Amino acid sequence: MRGATQAKWAACAVTVALVATACGGGGGGGGGGGGANGIVSSSWGDPQNPLEPANTNEVQGGKVLDMVFRGLKKYDPKTGAATNMLAEKIDTTDSQNFTVTVKDGWTFSNGEKITAKSFVDAWNYGALLKNNQKNAYFFGYIDGYDKVHPDTGSASATKLAGLKVVDPMTFSVKLTQKFSLWPDTLGYPAFAPLPQSFFTDHAGWLAKPVGNGPYTIEKYTKGSSMSLRKWDKYPGDDKAQNGGIDLKVYTDNNTAYTDLIAGNLDLVDDVPASQLKNVKADLGDRYINTPAGIIQTLAFPFYDKKWDTPGGIKVRQGLSMAINRDQITDQIFQKTRTPASDWTSPVLGVDGGFKEGLCGAPCEYNAADAKKLIQEGGGIPGGQLKISYNADTGSHKEWVDAVCNSINKAMGNNKACVGSPVGTFADFRSQVSQQKLTGAWRAGWQMDYPLIQNFLQPLYYTNASSNDGKWSNKKFDSLVDKANAESDKAKAVSTFQDAEKVLAEQMPVIPLWYQNGSAGYSEKITNVALNQFSVPVYEQIKVK
Amino acid sequence: MGRYVIRRLLQMIPVFFGTTLLIFLMVNVMGDPIAGLCGDRQCDPATAAQLRSEFGLDKPVWQQYATYMGNVFTGDFGTAFNGQKVTELMGTAFPITIRLTIVAIVFEVVIGITLGVITGLRRGRPVDTTVLILTLVVISIPTFVTGLLLQLLLGVEWGVIKPSVSPEAPFNELLVPGLVLASVSLAYVTRLTRTSIAENASADYVRTATAKGLPRRRVVLRHLLRNSLIPVVTFIGTDVGALMGGAIVTERIFNIHGVGYQLYQGILRQNSQTVVGFVTVLVLVFLAANLIVDLLYAVLDPRIRYA
Repeated sequence: MRGATQAKWAACAVTVALVATACGGGGGGGGGGGGANGIVSSSWGDPQNPLEPANTNEVQGGKVLDMVFRGLKKYDPKTGAATNMLAEKIDTTDSQNFTVTVKDGWTFSNGEKITAKSFVDAWNYGALLKNNQKNAYFFGYIDGYDKVHPDTGSASATKLAGLKVVDPMTFSVKLTQKFSLWPDTLGYPAFAPLPQSFFTDHAGWLAKPVGNGPYTIEKYTKGSSMSLRKWDKYPGDDKAQNGGIDLKVYTDNNTAYTDLIAGNLDLVDDVPASQLKNVKADLGDRYINTPAGIIQTLAFPFYDKKWDTPGGIKVRQGLSMAINRDQITDQIFQKTRTPASDWTSPVLGVDGGFKEGLCGAPCEYNAADAKKLIQEGGGIPGGQLKISYNADTGSHKEWVDAVCNSINKAMGNNKACVGSPVGTFADFRSQVSQQKLTGAWRAGWQMDYPLIQNFLQPLYYTNASSNDGKWSNKKFDSLVDKANAESDKAKAVSTFQDAEKVLAEQMPVIPLWYQNGSAGYSEKITNVALNQFSVPVYEQIKVK
Repeated sequence: MGRYVIRRLLQMIPVFFGTTLLIFLMVNVMGDPIAGLCGDRQCDPATAAQLRSEFGLDKPVWQQYATYMGNVFTGDFGTAFNGQKVTELMGTAFPITIRLTIVAIVFEVVIGITLGVITGLRRGRPVDTTVLILTLVVISIPTFVTGLLLQLLLGVEWGVIKPSVSPEAPFNELLVPGLVLASVSLAYVTRLTRTSIAENASADYVRTATAKGLPRRRVVLRHLLRNSLIPVVTFIGTDVGALMGGAIVTERIFNIHGVGYQLYQGILRQNSQTVVGFVTVLVLVFLAANLIVDLLYAVLDPRIRYA
C-alpha cells in the first residue's frame, strides 16, 4: 500500500512537470483578432524532405516555400502566366545565353540585401551532387551541370560554368541547348535566392528558414506545426492580407475535415475522398474544386518486347477507348477529376498549349470499336492487362478496379484486366524505376511550372528523367527540340502541340483525367483560392 | 528474488536482438525506400546513389544491421528521411504516447476494477447482467468506430471537446482518446476482475475473514481483491506495451503526434531507421512491463516471493 502511494506521488510529479513544459512550449500562436491581423489556421502534412528550396519536391513543403520565398518570376495564381517578380529583366538574343538583372531594393527578412550573388550561390548549391538536392535536375539546362552533377562518380567542379556574376545586380546564364521558354521556368521554388546564413549556419537555417517572401517563420516545430507571420517590411506588391498562417500537421485528412466542421480549423486544402459526398451540404460555396496542373495516365513498359510491337498502337488505343472516363470521374471521384482529352492540363490555358480533344477518338469511350481495335492489334499482350498501383495512399484501388471493369465489359471477358496492388508507394516507385513491371501501371504528373514543355519533355522524350516506360520516338524528339529552339513563344507552343499529336498517333501512355485541387474553408475567412499547383493562395486570404 | 530479476534481465537480451533483426528484415523486404522520396518522378541516379550510401542502404543487410546495432549502443538511432534525428522524433513522440497510455491505464484500473468488483459481488443481479452486456458491446465494436463516433458526437455535434488534440497534447485533451484507447481492455479488465472475484468470494479465507467479524470493506479490499488481482495485473501489465504500440488507430483519429503516428509515417515512407528505432524502444517497454508484472506477483502473493 505504501508503494502504491509513492507511485501516485511520482505520477503526480510527472504530470505537473509535463503540464508545465506543455505550457512553456505553447503560447505564441492562436488568437490575433480579425481583419488584417487575423490568423488563419490551415491543415498541413509533414514535409518529406528537409525544407530547402532545391530539395522540396512535394506539395507540403512547397506550400511553405510559396509563402516564405519569392523568385525571379512568379506564376499568376489565376492565369498561370509567369510575370517578373525579382527579375528586372531577362534578356537573350539567341534563346541560349541569358542576362538576368535583379530588381534593386529587395532584402531577405533578416535584412540582408538580395543581389545576383544570392541567386548564383543558391543555384550552385542546388546543382552540386554533394548536397543531395532532389530538385537538382532543374539546373540541368545550365552549362556545366554534368561537371557538378555527373550521373556516376563524384563531381569534378563545385560551380556551374554557365553561371557568372556580371555586376552586383546582374548575372549571366549559359544553357547547354536553346530553350526559349527557360525564363518562364524560374518561378519554381528551386530557383529561389538564398541568404548567406543558409551557407554559414545550415542547421540553424533548417530549424527556422529565412526567406524573402510575404511571410516569415515565427515558430517551427518539426512534424507538428509552423507559425508564419506577415512580414511588415515585405517590398513586393503581393503583401499578405492577413496577420499570418498557422499550419497544423494532420495525421489524417479526415481529422482535418472534422476539425474544420467543428470550427477548430479555418482551411483544409485536401478534402478527403470519403467526404466528397457530404462536402456540398457541409460547406456550400465554401468548397473549392478547381483544376490543377496534374494529369493521371496509364503507362506501359516499352522496355518489354511484348509491348513494343507495331500492333501495340492499336491495342493501346483500343484500351483507351474501352475506358469510360465520364462515368468514373462522376461516380468515383465525384467530379473532382475531368476526363482527359490531351496530354497536358487545362490550367495551361489555350495560349499555353492546352487543347481539348487533341487526342480525338481514341480518348472517347466506344466499347464496340475498342474490342475491334484490340483484336486487330493482336490482343492484349499475355492475354491479360495488369494495372499496378500503390495501395497505401491515394485510394487508387477504387478507380483501377473501375477502369478494369470498364475494359472487361468492352472485351466481354471478366479476366481481361485486373488490378495489381503494390504495398507501399516507395516499393511501387522502385519497381517502376527499376523496370520490373511487365504490365501497365498508374502514372501521374504534377507540373513543375505551367508550361506545355513540362508536360511533354520530361515524360516522353527519349531517355528523359521521367520516361519510365522507356518510350522513344524520333519524330517526337525532333519536334520537341525544334519547339525549344523557337524564339517566338506562340510558335514554340504550337510546335509542342505538333509533338503532342505524335502522342495521339502512338498512344505511349493513355491519358485518364485531369485532377482538380479541392479545398474547404470556414466562415471566418474569405477570398480563398487555389493556384494551379492546388496550393491555397495564402497571402490573399482575408480574415473577417 | 534478486537471482530471479537477473535471470529475467538476461532473457531480455536474445529477445531484444531477435525482434530488432526481424523488424530490420521486414522493413528491408519492402523494397527500395529512396525510390519513394522523389514522388511520381524518378530520382536522378547520382542523387539516389548518394542518398543510398548516406543512409547505408547500399550495403548488404547483415552489415546494415550490424552498423545499426553498433550505433544504437552509442545512443545513435540514425536519421529520418526528413533530416531529423530519430532520437529527436522519439523525444517528442514518446512523452505524448506515455501520457496517453497513462490515461488509458488509469481508466482501465479505476473503472475496470471497480466495475469488476461490483459485478463480481452481485453475480446474476441486474447490475451484473447490464455491465456484462455493455462490455460485450464494447469488445465487439472496433476502436476506430468508437473513436470516430465519440469524435463526431463530442467534438462536432456537442462541442464538448476539440476533435483533434493540439501538438503539445496535455492530459486534459487526452481524456477522450485515452478512454477510446482503453475501451476494449477496460471491458476485459472488468470481466477478468468479475470472474476472479466471483470465484474467490466463496473461498475459505473469505469466509474465515467474515466469520472473524472483519468489516465487509476490509474483507473485500484486503482479502478478496488482493487475491483476485493476479490475473488482472498480468493482463494490465502486458497491455501497457500493447497500448503503446497499438495506439496507431487512436492517434490517427485524434491527430495525436505520438509513437503510432511516427511508426505509421515511418512505414509509409519505408524509413527503416525510424521504424526499427521506435519498435526497439517498444520492445524494451514491453519487456520491462512484463518484468514489473512478475515482480508485482510477489507483492500481491508473498508465497510467490519465496518460491
